[in-house]
Amino acid sequence: MSTFEKVRDIVVEQLGVEPDEVAIDSTFIDDLGADSLDIVELIMAFEEEFNIEIPDEAAEKIKTVQDVVTYIDQHKDK
Amino acid sequence: MSKRVVITGLGAITPIGIGKDAFWEGLMEGKNGIGKITRFDASEYGAQIAGEVKGFEPTDYIDKKESKRMDRYAQFAVAAAKLAIEDAGLDLEKEDRDRIGTYIGAGIGGIETMHAQYKKLFEKGPSRISPFFIPMMIANLAAGQVAITYKLHGPSSCVVTACATGTNCIGDAFRVIQEGKADVMVAGGTEAAISQAAVAGFAAMKALCMDHNDDPEHASRPFDKNRSGFVMGEGAGLVILESLEHAKARGAHIYAELAGYGANSDAYHMTSPAPGGEYQAKCMQLAIDDAGLQAADVDYVNAHGTSTHLNDEGESLAIKAVWGEHAKDVSVSSIKSMTGHLLGAAGGIEAVATALTVERDMMPPTINYETPDEGLDLDYVPNKARAKKVRAAISNNFGFGGHNACIVMKKYTE
Repeated sequence: MSTFEKVRDIVVEQLGVEPDEVAIDSTFIDDLGADSLDIVELIMAFEEEFNIEIPDEAAEKIKTVQDVVTYIDQHKDK
Repeated sequence: MSKRVVITGLGAITPIGIGKDAFWEGLMEGKNGIGKITRFDASEYGAQIAGEVKGFEPTDYIDKKESKRMDRYAQFAVAAAKLAIEDAGLDLEKEDRDRIGTYIGAGIGGIETMHAQYKKLFEKGPSRISPFFIPMMIANLAAGQVAITYKLHGPSSCVVTACATGTNCIGDAFRVIQEGKADVMVAGGTEAAISQAAVAGFAAMKALCMDHNDDPEHASRPFDKNRSGFVMGEGAGLVILESLEHAKARGAHIYAELAGYGANSDAYHMTSPAPGGEYQAKCMQLAIDDAGLQAADVDYVNAHGTSTHLNDEGESLAIKAVWGEHAKDVSVSSIKSMTGHLLGAAGGIEAVATALTVERDMMPPTINYETPDEGLDLDYVPNKARAKKVRAAISNNFGFGGHNACIVMKKYTE
């Protein structure tokens, strides 16, 4: 499973959206209806799934699915 | 002059049925709602039985994403609010939502969420606590979520008075309308505390029935000589209160008039009611006086009737003190015999039951009533629902901490 697919599954589970609503360029807030609390919970779920730490400074820059996929691919297994 | 207040909508999520009609049918049948606990493995617990709500699907009432952000106790409230608003025929698009308020309490709050998050805290550390922990757990979010869901901008609050919560919320909401501060109030209580720590905690107090784990149907036996503690229940009960003028203007169906409210405190002990029920009697009298009635005008008491030794004795003595020579004429029943004790939601579902009793002249029974207890010699409407002309009725609820709350409803007449 690609990073995008794993991210998509988490987003679907956390935000209660349909899989086909989650595109690589979707923004969490405007496109997927997340609020600030959802973002915190999503970041925690990504950290747990990929066994990484996403510091607050990095988390604040994450706006789209692409942002999080890129961050994960750069930091996992390190 | 204060405004008259009527009850125009009913919403109930209960262990004996979801929705006003299923709930009422259950009450009239004397249906038992108590069974083995299924929400967690209770095999190691002293009390292994409860009145769980069966077949509740949050997404039948609430958007899927929103329902995930609510503890079960808040889900019950939002679902009951939907039922109550629909039952009242309130078209919110046409209403001034600044004039519709929400007074909905819980005795405990989101204790299942608390349990799950404490587990995370202890197993994985503080960084794993969900950002939804606090807003799902705190006890005011039932009122908050109902207001948010239906965009109701009127007064919004929650009284937290343990088992008196629902009745206090309805009584306080009644005052809001009387004073002209809102036209409509969604009021009552909700609870979902059939959770490990709560069941263990109530059991530790010896408040729960623990001698009927293999015979749950006969566990809740208010006023019976062999009662041995209360059985936990869960659910929500909400009523739509409305100023009479507002209800008439939109041609609403009126179940009953909410006529009086009394609230006071035993100021005696954390958990035990004061012996003799002195302040419970005073509380009933306050509500009856507030309604401008005499005790002899009140034909039915929807009792707190928890099935604990002390409550049922004190409450019976209190009723006898208030009704005096008329005590033989008043009928008293406890629906907790069927639903178990819904704690903060008890006053909510019992207000629903009482409104229907006043409307329909049918009294729900006290089931499992077999052996009269010494000195407890009132008409407890044993085991079978019964018809009786009910001009007015009172609903009692008394909470840990000594909180007493009573509301009086009467038949609506011009």
